[in-house]
Amino acid sequence: MLQNHPEICRHLLWFFGVAACVKLLLIPSYHSTDFEVHRHWLALTRSLPLSQWYSDETSPWTLDYPPFFAYFEYFLSFFARLVDPQIVDVHQGLNYEADTVVYFQRISVIVSDLCLVYGIYRLTRKLEAKKRVAMWILVIWSPALVIVDHMHFQYNGFLLGLLMLSISYLQDGRDVMGGFLFAVLLCFKHLFAVAGPVYFVYLLRHYCRGGLLKGLGRLAAMGTVVVAVFAAAFGPFFYHIQQVISRMFPFGRGLCHAYWAPNFWVFYIILDKGLAFLLKKFGIDIPTPAASFTGGLVGDSSPFAVLPQVTPLSTLIMVLLALSPCLVKIWKNPHPGSVARWISYAYTCGFLFGWHVHEKASLHFVIPLAIVAVQSLEDAQHYFLLSIATCYSLFPLLYEAQEYPIKVVLLLLHSMLMWFGFSAKFSKVKPPTISDNKKTRKKGSSSSSSRSGEEGEFVIGWGGKCYIIGIVIVETWGQLLHPYFLGDKLPFAPLLLISIYCGVEVVYSWVWQLKRIMAD
Amino acid sequence: MFGLLVRWTVSLHSYSGAGNPPKFGDYEAQRHWMEITVNLPAQDWKLLMRFTVLSSDLLIFFPSVLYFIHAYYDVHSRGRKADVAWHILLILINPCLVLIDHGHFQYNCISLGLALAAVAAILSQRDLLACVLFCLSLNHKQMSTYFAPAFFSHLLGKCLRRKHPLLEISKLGLVVLGTFAMVWWPYLHSRDAALQVLSRLAPFERGIYEDYVANFWCTSSVLIKWKRLFPTQSLRLFSMVATILACLPSMIQQILAPSSKGFLYGLLNSSLSFYLFSFQVHEKSILLPLLPATLLAMEWPRPFKLLTHYALFSMFPLVCRDNLILPYIALYALCIFLYHPPGGRWDDSKRQGSTPLSLVSVLLTLAYLGSLVLHIVYLTVRPPERYPFLFEALIMLLSFSHFVLFAFHTNTKQWMLSGHLIGSDKGKKQH
Repeated sequence: MLQNHPEICRHLLWFFGVAACVKLLLIPSYHSTDFEVHRHWLALTRSLPLSQWYSDETSPWTLDYPPFFAYFEYFLSFFARLVDPQIVDVHQGLNYEADTVVYFQRISVIVSDLCLVYGIYRLTRKLEAKKRVAMWILVIWSPALVIVDHMHFQYNGFLLGLLMLSISYLQDGRDVMGGFLFAVLLCFKHLFAVAGPVYFVYLLRHYCRGGLLKGLGRLAAMGTVVVAVFAAAFGPFFYHIQQVISRMFPFGRGLCHAYWAPNFWVFYIILDKGLAFLLKKFGIDIPTPAASFTGGLVGDSSPFAVLPQVTPLSTLIMVLLALSPCLVKIWKNPHPGSVARWISYAYTCGFLFGWHVHEKASLHFVIPLAIVAVQSLEDAQHYFLLSIATCYSLFPLLYEAQEYPIKVVLLLLHSMLMWFGFSAKFSKVKPPTISDNKKTRKKGSSSSSSRSGEEGEFVIGWGGKCYIIGIVIVETWGQLLHPYFLGDKLPFAPLLLISIYCGVEVVYSWVWQLKRIMAD
Repeated sequence: MFGLLVRWTVSLHSYSGAGNPPKFGDYEAQRHWMEITVNLPAQDWKLLMRFTVLSSDLLIFFPSVLYFIHAYYDVHSRGRKADVAWHILLILINPCLVLIDHGHFQYNCISLGLALAAVAAILSQRDLLACVLFCLSLNHKQMSTYFAPAFFSHLLGKCLRRKHPLLEISKLGLVVLGTFAMVWWPYLHSRDAALQVLSRLAPFERGIYEDYVANFWCTSSVLIKWKRLFPTQSLRLFSMVATILACLPSMIQQILAPSSKGFLYGLLNSSLSFYLFSFQVHEKSILLPLLPATLLAMEWPRPFKLLTHYALFSMFPLVCRDNLILPYIALYALCIFLYHPPGGRWDDSKRQGSTPLSLVSVLLTLAYLGSLVLHIVYLTVRPPERYPFLFEALIMLLSFSHFVLFAFHTNTKQWMLSGHLIGSDKGKKQH
């Protein structure tokens, strides 16, 4: 029952419209310093000449995204000036909090989400109805995206839209467009470069083949496209390129952000502290490190007491190591259907092992994974828990009491919608061959039958149920029991607990994804 | 799958509440009542107050809705699962209720919830329970008297059909008295105390209308200056007589031929007549007719949408005063989306039988467009010096005319139900 395109568009716009209403209602809610960051960039790009964009020091929020994003802010600043000139004044507009700027910026995010909508449209227009709607629910109504983009304030929606567009072109087999869009995306936010190796290997194997000469020719073509994009972005900054690079890659920031993202390094740090504690107990003297984790890295001293120091380079190597099995797989068999899976995996690795990772970066792998989630029962079950865990890990971003019901309700609502969506899609079917599928339905099972069929019912096994109950326990502890029993002592402890708990799920997801890719 | 969109309404309520500045006036009034008991710093108050509205909504209104839906669909025994879900959604995302309770700040959800539960009890043939619930609702907010005629006439009609009418009536009477006694217990120790409460409840000194409400007295005051012509006493009498006359037809119908659906229409009619003709009506009182309208939403979708629009429209000046324009727009847009779900099922499935291009529908469309324009005009254009309240008056006029049309339409529908078409002057089918 394939609906025609205008009807799909209308349906999709309905989803977007409903989400937009909710986002409109969220306009007065809390926004973080990222709001002032973007406002300052509006002012910067409007008022100063190009040469000073990356060297200006008026505000501590310097431009640390690549030039296309700067052009984007420049484009927005036209409208900002029409709405209220003070927004774009570099000095007068500092920490400007009036209604005009709030409305303008919030609405600009809502409108830029249309890019995401288009990306999703391209991805889902050929799917069957239930899968399509399920994907729309997962992405357009994603609570994590609402929390990060529309409350905390960022522009991830349209960046992820570009990524989705790129994936959709790759899935259609149009590699040049896919590569082009990815290059464009990189020039918007270089953080997306983690999937670079995947793209490179895939395009090399999938696009640049057909004999040596043709392959080389295609390689040259692709290369030219990419170089052209980069030239368009960085060309105007040719003489200041070093300044630009230094602003874009501020490595002095430390291994972990002020709030620890639920990644591998959390466990590394815990292990280090634990070992130090144990060794001290056994009488071995361990010097306490001069630097701390939450601050920047001071010189060469390592904040780790026992375990070896971690440098940006070592994190890069770890990410590449984690990626390598996937790259080998791509090299062997680059088929377009699994592109989304590989890209999500790449971002998962980047999140787990990267340097100075924000918890917001979990969006980078959760959203593309939604493309995969609707394909099979195991994927759906895995995604259900992963999206709940990553959304929960974003809760500390909104620490004010008035947002508390909003974030809880968003997550609950989304979980229920997911549950019903997946249950409707994967409803019980009664053929006799189902009996051995029952074993693979349990979450903890390692054997994954790569049957992409609709047999089996959508259930969460014991592991999953325990995990979800655990989330409730962690939250109760953080909100109620910790202040009650411990008062103001150890204020970092609940956040740490959330980090660790979600980190467990992320690590599990990484292993699961790797297994799935290898088994494909 | 759509069934759980219902939960969504929970989130909506919290947004309107948490995200918007409190309004002095009602907010301060409520807060003052509470401050007599508890002391808290100002910032926490806002949060606490919002939470109390949200929790009372959750605890009282939501279960009542579920009870109602259960009773309603039992009786009418139709409705696919999706229809039920949409109906719940429509009742819960009643934009006026959300705006007033969580934006402007009031506790209407409690009395409305109790009244709704009473309605549900009647639908499931539990009359005594309905009495108790309705009395509780009355005692929470005396605005529920808007529904009283409907309850009264329906129950009376039912009683008269039973074997021992007097017994039934006395049973009901006892229950009512008993509930009232329970609630008023602390004040019943002396006549003075009881009278004090009563006088605070009905502040007749305030005058027959305030501000610009879309009811009869206010609208006609453009031509007939009631306040100047008559003293308050006589105006009180006029309004009482007018109100009773207006809700008399529907009451009679229910007494003669009580039925569940007729009862719902009766609620709508009596509350509309109170709204139009009663004393000291506020714009917020449009909530009361709107509630039974949402209950009947699945029956007549197109007029219902129009009613919601005009109800919101009549509240627009209040919304602007409270700085709630953003949630107004967002809720309005949301309602439009919800009334036109992608499947488009319950909307277009019933055609009311009239040709789309009849004169009436053209006029209605023009009026609708006019009201949209008025929204913008009200916000941007400055009214002329001579008539500083010109736009409020226009809004009021437009809303009032539509409410009167609705009153005719719904009264007709109620009479059509029982098959009695009394009075061809009321029988003109407005669609």
